[in-house]
Amino acid sequence: MPKLTINGHAVEVPPGTNLIEAARRVGVEIPHYCYHPGLSIAGQCRLCMVDIEKTPRPTIACNTLAAEGMVVATETDRVKETRKSIMEFHLINHPLDCPVCDQAGECWLQIYYMEHGLYDPRMRDEKVHKPKAVPLGPHVMLDAERCILCSRCVRFCDEVTRTGELGIFDRGDHSEIGLFPGTELANKYSGNVVDICPVGALTDRDFRFAVRVWYLDSAKSVCPGCARGCNIEVHVNRRRPHHNEGRRVARLKPRFNADVNRWWICDAGRYGFAFVDDKTRLVAPARREDGAVGDATWEEAIGAVAGALRRFAPDEIGVFASPKMANEDLWALRRVLEAPGIRRVAFRVPPREPGDADTLLIRSDKNPNSHGAALLGLDGDGAAILAAARARQVKCLWVFGHDLLAGAWPEAETDAALRALPLLIFTGTNANATSERAHWVLPAAAWVEREGTYTNFEGRVQRFRQAVEPLGQALPEWDILGRVLRALGVEVGATRAERWFRELAAAVPAFAGLTYQAIGDTGAVLSAPTAGHPRSEPASRTPLQ
Amino acid sequence: MTAEKILTRNFERADSHTLTAYLETGGYTAWQKAQTLPPAAITEEVKQSNLRGLGGAGFPTGTKWSFIPKNHTGPVYLVINADEGEPGTFKDRYLLERDPHALIEGMLIAARAIRSATGFVYVRGEYVEPYRRFSTAVSEAYDAGYLGKGFDVVVHRGAGAYICGEETGLISSLEGKKGWPKLKPPFPAIKGAFGAPTIVNNVETICHVPHIITRGAGWFASLGTKTQGGTRMYSVSGRVRRPGVYEASVAITLRRLIDELADGVTGNGRLKAVVPGGASAAILRADEIDVTMDVDGLRNAGTMAGSAGVIVMDETVSIPEALMVVARFYAHESCGQCTPCRESTGWIYKMVRRIVEGRGRKDDLDTILDVARRGAGTTICAFYDGAVGPYISYIEKFRGEFEALIDGAGARVVATPASRAATAHA
Repeated sequence: MPKLTINGHAVEVPPGTNLIEAARRVGVEIPHYCYHPGLSIAGQCRLCMVDIEKTPRPTIACNTLAAEGMVVATETDRVKETRKSIMEFHLINHPLDCPVCDQAGECWLQIYYMEHGLYDPRMRDEKVHKPKAVPLGPHVMLDAERCILCSRCVRFCDEVTRTGELGIFDRGDHSEIGLFPGTELANKYSGNVVDICPVGALTDRDFRFAVRVWYLDSAKSVCPGCARGCNIEVHVNRRRPHHNEGRRVARLKPRFNADVNRWWICDAGRYGFAFVDDKTRLVAPARREDGAVGDATWEEAIGAVAGALRRFAPDEIGVFASPKMANEDLWALRRVLEAPGIRRVAFRVPPREPGDADTLLIRSDKNPNSHGAALLGLDGDGAAILAAARARQVKCLWVFGHDLLAGAWPEAETDAALRALPLLIFTGTNANATSERAHWVLPAAAWVEREGTYTNFEGRVQRFRQAVEPLGQALPEWDILGRVLRALGVEVGATRAERWFRELAAAVPAFAGLTYQAIGDTGAVLSAPTAGHPRSEPASRTPLQ
Repeated sequence: MTAEKILTRNFERADSHTLTAYLETGGYTAWQKAQTLPPAAITEEVKQSNLRGLGGAGFPTGTKWSFIPKNHTGPVYLVINADEGEPGTFKDRYLLERDPHALIEGMLIAARAIRSATGFVYVRGEYVEPYRRFSTAVSEAYDAGYLGKGFDVVVHRGAGAYICGEETGLISSLEGKKGWPKLKPPFPAIKGAFGAPTIVNNVETICHVPHIITRGAGWFASLGTKTQGGTRMYSVSGRVRRPGVYEASVAITLRRLIDELADGVTGNGRLKAVVPGGASAAILRADEIDVTMDVDGLRNAGTMAGSAGVIVMDETVSIPEALMVVARFYAHESCGQCTPCRESTGWIYKMVRRIVEGRGRKDDLDTILDVARRGAGTTICAFYDGAVGPYISYIEKFRGEFEALIDGAGARVVATPASRAATAHA
């Protein structure tokens, strides 16, 4: 472990640590563009110059490994002058079009110009002109004039996705990022190049011109798109509701987690939030009688559900929980099931097409909490429940989220089961073919509208926070279920998600000792792998029959 | 001092490029001798000879060879830089065309010294005839059994980029990548072509090696100065009566080279300036040419020996126009990897062009000098430092000529399609 000194601070770092990372450990930021901890060293932006004792001139920190006894100074006059020069070089051909640039407000040219530039511009010649507003693929737009040619995007496609769509073409100040002939930037992780682009060269086609970044608020969250549970930030626009057609969720951004997703998320997850502000959202409890749909109050809806749970015999009731529900919801559901002793419960509905998967992040199980649902004892036989409905043994079915008609089960059989049911209750965020058949619809809050935890395929329990208020009258499932419990005459202490989690942690051995505080921002791994769900295997591999 | 011809001794023979001619003049006897010597002894002999790299940097050749890790077990590559692209330099072209076997023999000996089984010769793309001649010689050497017995030679053609003459840019290009210079460390001798220890030497440098082995390090060292041995080939161009390639001691003075070998200045007959070591070398005024042409001699004179491309300018040559040509070259050839070089070569070219076109501003000259100084030493390779040499020296030594253009006296419109297009919106 080499020991070195940076701006007078002594620090000891693991062998192989470069000076940018070593400086971070003592709170010193060395400005840089091309360096990214998840990519190879390029050393081409030349901004991260530092002075090293006994070295004749400033040296780039990214390609210099910390060495025993090294004395590094990042704020000498020489270094500051060099930085200022490098900033000028970066900007002489830049269009300086911040007022119309989507990156403004989170642009490292703006930030570093203010921190390290502040020179008087001397470039009075015509700038180099390059292509603008070039779509590179379905998600990414290129403005080559704003590009500082740091090559992060090129290295990302070469080294992380290994798809190699991007290159730097031409030479000198005519160099530009571009696609190799016959390719487009359509790999499953293409949106990440927008995140790692330090300037406004690569922007997000979904987000650009939607809302200015300084109007955004952010909440730490977890992607609900598959069993990986990539850590994300949810960026929401609450301050300019008239922008972007009222879409509250503006974008999702990856949040670093060394053990889950590092710096990346997939495009499916990144752009998978549209349902939150979609027209299909269920915003009020509703009742369907004789084919006519009418709004109902929560009291009426809760009363109807509790009444049904009392009226039907436990064996006449089936429940489809959802692997998209949080641990807190699933625990509350278990409490509801336990009250009358309902045993017909399942959560898996096999998809019509198997989910895609790869070795980087994407899991074939497109649910964030299958592992949690299994740990809470909800892994029953869904096909058998539907069969029982067709045989008129199950008379009341409560479906959370699923569209039973869209899965792999024969549609006609499912249809017959739903038709045979005297009572179908649906709880979910958005309408679907199943909710269209339901006699009672109870609207649920989307994951960004509430807090909770998911258990990923490796048994890591991770928190997601509330970013916006629930739409309309929607409520978190734990809240709906708590109200049902109370209507059933059961004493319910938990009135917040955290309370439900505490109850769960006290009752289920796998969660023993876990608290929201212990889970923190990066999650906590369950104490022991559960039988049938070893950590290295996806939860979804369990046969469905 | 017009020493015995060594590298160019066979150049007058019409068949000098053939194996027959090479063997008739003692060819491949040095290789026979070298095979009796331990590799370390060859390296030591080359060190003692004071042979220094003749491609541009002037690094001691034997010392470079000794950087190959001693206990390395995998492949080691010998790469010959025949990408000769430094403006004003055309010596390697003659060696490849007129004495290709000298290079092959030198490679055999060098490869033995560094324990390499494979050599690559990276030939400048525009060098069609040199490529043909050299490839034919390689075939002859295979047929005659010099190659293919423990050492193979691969001839690779470049695609027309100056930066591929920079040793790590060359390696990137050889590997099939864009010709971008690589970050150092690691240096090529540790991790070079295809990740293996690699020595990159210039054509002319390696052509000297057989003579050093045959006639001894002492003899070679005695031909030059205390710190640099031998002769070298000077490419003399511009306003001289007899432009061409001349072989002479590294200790010859620039004045003798121009006056005696190249037969004096033409144009109006009065010397104005000389670039002594290829376009990247700082310019010398007429009163600065009593310098020896060795690496240290020219370094002490504030310029560099470089590739020994000597460009002579008489009084009728416009220095601002000459700088514009040079600046355009660097703007065009910058690989674009490092920000300071990528951005400022183009910027400086625009400023110089504006001055030449009579649209200069009072502060342009100081801006150019400041930009050049600020960018110097901040990049991955030496390309930008090479550009800075002319930027600064042309302006500092001939500032009056630039100022006259800025003040409107003698402004001359240079209408190039590029300048028209670029200024249309200005």
